[in-house]
Amino acid sequence: MPGRLGERMAVECRDHLACLSDYVDGELDPDLCAEIERHMAECGDCRIVVDTLRKTVSLYRSYGHAELPPDTKERLYAVLRLDRQPAAGTSTR
Amino acid sequence: MEQKPDTSQIEEADLVARLKVGDQSAYAELVERHSPTIYNLALRMMNDREEAEEVLQETFLSAFRAVGRFEGRSQLGTWLYRIAYNAALMRLRKRHLPTTSIDEPLQNEAGDQIPRQLVDWTARPDEILLTGELRGVLDAAAAALSETLRGVFTLRDIEGLSTAETAEVLGLTETNVKVRLHRARLALRERLTGYFTPSGSRDAGQVGGAYGGRM
Repeated sequence: MPGRLGERMAVECRDHLACLSDYVDGELDPDLCAEIERHMAECGDCRIVVDTLRKTVSLYRSYGHAELPPDTKERLYAVLRLDRQPAAGTSTR
Repeated sequence: MEQKPDTSQIEEADLVARLKVGDQSAYAELVERHSPTIYNLALRMMNDREEAEEVLQETFLSAFRAVGRFEGRSQLGTWLYRIAYNAALMRLRKRHLPTTSIDEPLQNEAGDQIPRQLVDWTARPDEILLTGELRGVLDAAAAALSETLRGVFTLRDIEGLSTAETAEVLGLTETNVKVRLHRARLALRERLTGYFTPSGSRDAGQVGGAYGGRM
């Protein structure tokens, strides 16, 4: 019964909590990983935390980066007394 | 194991050499490569476009003055982001005198990390995205993080730096970066759950759950 497993399970959930970022990043030790997956199969609350944590990270990765506004970039070049590169943004690397 | 310099290391060494002899195209290249990340770091730290722009300008002005002394112990990017982070911190300290603690204890705040909101909203944000609100929601949630957590989260999850690079920029150990990143993500998850969960379903006994539910 997800989410209502009593105090023992709550302790287990809390124990796993610290590892969840490593789990979401795929950086967790395989044994611990299997343990968390076994736990999540039984615990709906932890599964929700993991799913929403993963979604949180993916939203910021997709939409969190702000483009440098063109006028900000122009003023930066002016302050630095630099000429803009001919094909700015595509020329380096 | 023998370590050969890879292409990016050779390019970096070449760029540093050109910067040191005052090659204007090298300066422009440095700006092109690193201004987006510096601007994003500054914007997240300051939560203000004008101040972010000022931090961006200050960073490159300082870097151009100091590049002759750049010793190549770190990557150019890491060096620049560190200058930018410090410039942002200086401004934040001036902004709220007397200083509140910019750093925060890693211990004794375990209670902060316990998830309170246990509703699955993973299918919702895309609908909200269509209304154009999503970026504002993400910005507001990130702005509510402490300054240190904002720095870690921005560099790791938004700008994609490695744990080691982030640690170097912020002057933290890698373990501290990981701990802080996790705290930032949990706090953001909590806030986004508040935004994305219709109030009706939050009232249905879903808060707390197996984590105990005591606020």
